[in-house]
Amino acid sequence: MSSPTGPATQGTFLGMPAVPPRSPYGTGHLRGERSFPRAAHDELGNGQLRRNLGKATHSIRAKRLAVTGELPDWEQLRDTGSAIKTDTMNRLPELLEQLERKVTERGGTVHWARDGVEANEIVTRLVRETGSDEVLKVKSMATQEIGLNEHLATQGIAALETDLAELIVQLADDRPSHILVPAIHRNREEIREIFLRHIPGVDPALDSDPARLAAAARAFLREKFMTTKVAVSGANFGIAETGTLAVVESEGNGRMCLTLPETLITVMGIEKVLPRFQDLEVFLQLLPRSSTGERMNPYTSLWTGVTPGDGPQEFHLVLLDNGRTAALADRIGRAALHCIRCSACLNVCPVYERTGGHAYGSTYPGPIGAVLTPQLAGMHGAKGDPNSSLPYASSLCGACFDACPVKIDIPSLLVELRHQHTEQSGTTAEKLAMKAAAAVMKRPGLFTAAQKAAGLGRVPAGRDGTLSRLPPPLNGWSDSRDTPAPPQQTFRSWFASAEGAAAMRAAAEEGARHTDDAPQEES
Amino acid sequence: MTATARETVLGRVRDALALSDGPEVTVPRGYRTGRSLPDEERLALFVDRLVDYRAQVRTCTAATASTVLAEVLHAHGARKIGVPPGLDPTWLAGYDGETVTDSADVPAPSLDALDGVVTASAVSCAETGTIFLDGAAANQGRRALTLVPDLHVCVVELSSVRTGVPEALAQLTPEHPITLISGPSATSDIELERVEGVHGPRTLAVVIRTDR
Repeated sequence: MSSPTGPATQGTFLGMPAVPPRSPYGTGHLRGERSFPRAAHDELGNGQLRRNLGKATHSIRAKRLAVTGELPDWEQLRDTGSAIKTDTMNRLPELLEQLERKVTERGGTVHWARDGVEANEIVTRLVRETGSDEVLKVKSMATQEIGLNEHLATQGIAALETDLAELIVQLADDRPSHILVPAIHRNREEIREIFLRHIPGVDPALDSDPARLAAAARAFLREKFMTTKVAVSGANFGIAETGTLAVVESEGNGRMCLTLPETLITVMGIEKVLPRFQDLEVFLQLLPRSSTGERMNPYTSLWTGVTPGDGPQEFHLVLLDNGRTAALADRIGRAALHCIRCSACLNVCPVYERTGGHAYGSTYPGPIGAVLTPQLAGMHGAKGDPNSSLPYASSLCGACFDACPVKIDIPSLLVELRHQHTEQSGTTAEKLAMKAAAAVMKRPGLFTAAQKAAGLGRVPAGRDGTLSRLPPPLNGWSDSRDTPAPPQQTFRSWFASAEGAAAMRAAAEEGARHTDDAPQEES
Repeated sequence: MTATARETVLGRVRDALALSDGPEVTVPRGYRTGRSLPDEERLALFVDRLVDYRAQVRTCTAATASTVLAEVLHAHGARKIGVPPGLDPTWLAGYDGETVTDSADVPAPSLDALDGVVTASAVSCAETGTIFLDGAAANQGRRALTLVPDLHVCVVELSSVRTGVPEALAQLTPEHPITLISGPSATSDIELERVEGVHGPRTLAVVIRTDR
């Protein structure tokens, strides 16, 4: 560092260093059309959805608790996972450059994408260069986020999802509702209908037994695996030290796509990098146990660049920003980037369990979605931005924090985002009300008068003593809550009454008796 | 000259870190590493976990390996099997079906015509019931070989079975293509009901050699 009298500052006052600009937000499926309460209102009316979700979340929850309870060092693993992620974010520039260097050394090509639009263009160009007009997809949150399939379709390239649930969602022209089991809102009868309608050449006698439905998907996709020249995947982890990428899965569709095509294109968010190969020993314990509640998922593939004679001979890695650097710039919010997409927080969330994933309007639902989405895409994209309702889609019960394998303090992030939202929201009825309350509370005379006036609020209350609808501007509050009617008497007026004085005397006598029994405090 | 996407993204990352410096951390490594269990306990744990994921399990010794493998292949009606080029030929001494030695220029779709495949393995993890295949090892073969056929018979040396995930991962060469296998391919995507066998081999038979 140069001293203040050094040559660098001679004759010029440099002042404070300029504050770097904030990164732009991401594009793609990161914003719904309606606010969370409005979307949730409709979802809650779907009895089928609530039954499926209740069953799914409770059963995965129980499995997760059983297999995490097996490990006496589970908490130590969480601590390590959390610290590795913090360390990774601190060293992100060097780790990304190291990853790029290693992948390139091993015969892969690395591309960088500022946002979803650019990533989609890169993938389109790479697919075109192969001469193919169809691609196979491995379930991937990042490509879901940037709307890759839709973009490819506009460019005349057909993208086929190969994960069973993603296939169900795609064939039905539907949206995923859960990170791990995206078709959890569908039951077997609906899935049978979807297959009969959309899978060419399917046996018309197909019944709704899950094993036979899975077999129908196997038969349909097998031919595609054998003939399609290009696959697009995401990545669970990218190891900077070695250039190794990892995909964690169950069905074998991932292995098929990572092994059989001639060209593999992997789209990875920049936050998915890990420093060392050894770090996998932590995350391969944390992820499957938190995600599916298994000790290990059936298949994990690790590959490094191109291996002659084995697998795709053309490998491209697309490193995606799309709002991640905007989140990284937030001292508190950046912790959301530690997420390893296990979905444990969804399964324990009392709000998600009832509303399902669609109500969040984003690729990322549930508690992690409520903190990640507003940070990737912002909360003030338009007047009444639906993303601004997401930080309130929580009772702050804290179950998500307890379940998170990398200890993301989601409740604190939600509170911080609520704070940022109200700070940026300008003058609202709530702000004015708080200001008025502060003014009144500072002056005892006014406070007493206000409380007496509130007693009049009993008049419109119903027999149950609640006010179900408040007049504007308080109707926002009463839309989703009952308000107890103000009491007949304030505490102060009760305290000043004969009844209050008698009660206080009795309490004092009671207290004196107890003090006599208690051991004497040393002075 | 406009900045490349690479310069822009790396620049944004550096700007973000300048705006909000994260807390300095030293990564604690308090979890269990370097564990070892006696052979019998390791075997029992490994078998328990394999069976839990509905893999079929047999044990054998050097003397009985070829008999046990022949029995397993026969039980599944495997008349034509694929093998990697470096598989120990004595293992199949008792097998009377057709054996096809795989190579990189065999097109993947033709692997679909095989009834099954027999391979060795690199290392295993007892605690999770996971087998690690090293695609660069001649006795394990390229990844497509253990993926396309419907039956995978995998020979595991007990001496290569480690207790936990850290001990097993430490045995690998990271740059090789590596596949971790824990039971047969499975899905729970339909009403969370577990179905074995979607795209990978629907049957995984593990033959554990205990005497070396």
